Amino acid sequence: MTKTIATSGSEGPKVRSDCHITLEITKTGGLQIELLSKVKTLYGDDILKQTKEILSFFGIKNAKIKVDDKGALPFVIAARIEYAVHQVVKTDKEYWPDMLKQNKYKSSAERFRFSRLYLPGNTPNLMLSAGIHQPNGIILDLEDAVAPAKKDEARYLVRNALRQVDFYGAERMVRINQGQRGIDDLKFLIPHNVHLLLVPKCEDPAYIKKLDVEIEKIKKVHKIKDPVFYMPIIESAMGVEKAYEIATVSKNVVSMAIGLEDFTADLGVKRTKEATESFFARARLVNACKAAGIQPIDSVFSDVGDMEGLAANVKMSKSLGFEGMGCIHPRQIRVIHENFAPEADEIDKAKKIVNAFIVAEEQGLGVVSLGTKMIDPPVVKRAQKTIDLAINLGLISKNWRTEDEKK
Amino acid sequence: MKKSKEVKNAAGRMIPVEVNGKPVIPYQGVGKYRPTGRRFAPKLVSCADYPADGNKLVSSLKEALIKAGLKDGMTISTHHHFRDGDIIGNLIFDIAHEMGIKNLVWFPSASFSCHAHLIPYLEDGTINRIEGSMNGPLGRFTSEGKMKGVGVLRSHGGRYQSVQDGEVQIDIAVIAAPTADPFGNATGDRGPAACGLLGFALADSQYAEKVIVVTDNLIPFPCVPWQIQGNYVDYVVKVDKVGIPEKIVSGTTEITKSPDRLLIAEMTAMFCDEAGIIQDGFSYQAGAGGTALSIGNFFENILRERKIKARFIRAGSNKYPVKMLEDGYVDYILDGQTFDLEGVRSMRENPGHLNTSPFTSYNYHGKGNFASMVDVVILGATEVDVNFNANVVSHSDGYLLHGIGGWQNCIFSKCTILPIPLFRDRIPIIVDDVFTLCGPGELIDVIVTERGIAINPLRKDLIKKMKGSKLPIKTIQQLKAEGEAICGKPQKPKTTDEIVAIVKWVDGTVIDAIRKIVK
Repeated sequence: MTKTIATSGSEGPKVRSDCHITLEITKTGGLQIELLSKVKTLYGDDILKQTKEILSFFGIKNAKIKVDDKGALPFVIAARIEYAVHQVVKTDKEYWPDMLKQNKYKSSAERFRFSRLYLPGNTPNLMLSAGIHQPNGIILDLEDAVAPAKKDEARYLVRNALRQVDFYGAERMVRINQGQRGIDDLKFLIPHNVHLLLVPKCEDPAYIKKLDVEIEKIKKVHKIKDPVFYMPIIESAMGVEKAYEIATVSKNVVSMAIGLEDFTADLGVKRTKEATESFFARARLVNACKAAGIQPIDSVFSDVGDMEGLAANVKMSKSLGFEGMGCIHPRQIRVIHENFAPEADEIDKAKKIVNAFIVAEEQGLGVVSLGTKMIDPPVVKRAQKTIDLAINLGLISKNWRTEDEKK
Repeated sequence: MKKSKEVKNAAGRMIPVEVNGKPVIPYQGVGKYRPTGRRFAPKLVSCADYPADGNKLVSSLKEALIKAGLKDGMTISTHHHFRDGDIIGNLIFDIAHEMGIKNLVWFPSASFSCHAHLIPYLEDGTINRIEGSMNGPLGRFTSEGKMKGVGVLRSHGGRYQSVQDGEVQIDIAVIAAPTADPFGNATGDRGPAACGLLGFALADSQYAEKVIVVTDNLIPFPCVPWQIQGNYVDYVVKVDKVGIPEKIVSGTTEITKSPDRLLIAEMTAMFCDEAGIIQDGFSYQAGAGGTALSIGNFFENILRERKIKARFIRAGSNKYPVKMLEDGYVDYILDGQTFDLEGVRSMRENPGHLNTSPFTSYNYHGKGNFASMVDVVILGATEVDVNFNANVVSHSDGYLLHGIGGWQNCIFSKCTILPIPLFRDRIPIIVDDVFTLCGPGELIDVIVTERGIAINPLRKDLIKKMKGSKLPIKTIQQLKAEGEAICGKPQKPKTTDEIVAIVKWVDGTVIDAIRKIVK
């Protein structure tokens, strides 16, 4: 027999922007709703209406439900009630809140991924304003940042967040769980315009293949055409050995990250600020990514109070060939962007090379030269990348050529 | 409570024509009301009636109150420099209650949670009403219609105004002092319960009929500096403990760690910079909240980068402005109240750290005041409406929660900025119409939220300066719509017609009335 009483959500004096639901299915008596809310004066009626709406969506006519609300937004309340319902009612129905129209944008394989901000998947108050800090990507984390007992209900919250939280243009990312749990996460994510999945503790290319297959199935059902990209995270000695295979196993692998906390544990060494212990792994990852034509991404810097340390870390990272880094606090974002950004002399040099290339094209010359020096095509390509980056970071104008001419 | 006739004031708010049996003047607009007459003065006294040896010590506060003629219906004033660590405010009414005295008016410069102790006395009629601020539990008590009289909310400047023009006549002022001498000279900058200064008690000392100084650190004459002059004082009382030191320095005194608030702070500083406010010799006021402190920090970074300095900071001081003073980023701190022990130390040690009072800073009856000379002031609000009107006293559920403090006075600065989150949990901050009007929109220039900055359309100069800025400049209607898109459209708290308190404007007129909340 299935259980008749279920709970969901969070409670306690420290909880904010969340709620706790107790649902008991009864035989008679209609819907008996008890509402405790710190915003009862402002939204008491709205919350009651929403509660009834969701219960009747699932065909529940008789139940006792207690909503203990600490200022949760509607998408949070909906996720919590739905998870409670799914524990006591057998149903395939899902209650989807509306998709914000500003969340319907696409991503692309080559977009910049300097910064990606991790957010715990079951903590709503941290999600609401993440986008205003302008990270390149926002990760709703279903894996390590969610307590084992909360793994199931976090999926509902993450799904609703993908639909209702404004990502303000950031790439929409989710870190799925490992193994089968990760596969089971997919149906909560794929129909909701997730751009990229972070695949933790990745050491087997076959797992990525499996993701491809499972995602295709879901995409077909929901008639989704846009690709879902992957950023596998290499966090073990085996993963490092398999880096190139993983990088090339699917066209949807667009970048690959290293996770040093687990990697150093796997090696049985201490993680240090100098990071000499992981030098080989990082260099190996960068090399595999460059060989595969994808973005190598560095691990997070965990001391959120040390901005100077972070800046030094980013500079080192950039010099090794990394093209991005994870962040665990919004204040890290700008430091990461500034330090991955090309420096003024790099930009000047790149401008000269790109200019020479354009002039050569215009004149129909097969060879690009700057002064007396010949310039190889890869050098032009790298210069163009630097220019694109500088434009993207707002360091130079899109029309830098015409503007420079005026000077 | 008997219902009074009501009229609509110049802000469009319905207010009573009579409060606590006395007629009141409706708000007429900013700078419109000009009372005439002369300043109020207490009765003449003669030094022949006071001990020639200067020893005014009496054995206990009770004895002092009896000697001061404590009786039914009197107005008793206290100051709030001890904040939540106040002991004497409560002790006065313990004594009055024990003596069976009724219908007192408590006239504090602010109240705190510790004063919930007074609720039984408000219930049994020992205290008829509070004129000052009704914070926390006292606010709830008032909003539920339980206070016998009608509460009166005043700004710090409004308190000085009401004393100077005789609207409030203090019968007995009790001034708790961290250090004093038997003559009554007193200071707040030293002693076990040091609180920095005693500026909020200045008017009380000068205008009350009787003045009692209470201290736990009695020193031989002279007590130097004498922030309160003994020549105004009738009696001095020595007690074991005048305040709870660790609660005196309570309040938010650390820079915020919240990323959203840091962003708001940074945007505020960038706004000030782009608007050309941050220049060599500029002045500002930022309160003691986490966001405000962080703004001060961003200001300091800009000053350091540009190798310039501010002329003065008006404060609420604590360790952050003190560090700026000692590092040479500002010439003076003009301090109204100290929020931590670093502030107290600095006031004692630094000649550039000056103690001020509502008279110098805020008073409507002064020949000018400091607040309007400040280049930019950073303040908070519980609600702002689409006309930039703001509320600082009641919460989203309609209950009174805070006092006005110096807020109404500070908005006279050259540029008033309210950095506030667009919503707190599910509570949107920008609304159609503020529930309680504390400050008219024409004095509020800029709202900075994490999702955009709204400039008051009256400030065409600021709008022009910010053209082409990379900061997200939006209209206040846009901000309101963004907040409501996230939270939903809120309902208003429900009230009865019964008026439980009034909000005074800085000139003594009534700007709004607060009504009983329906639970």
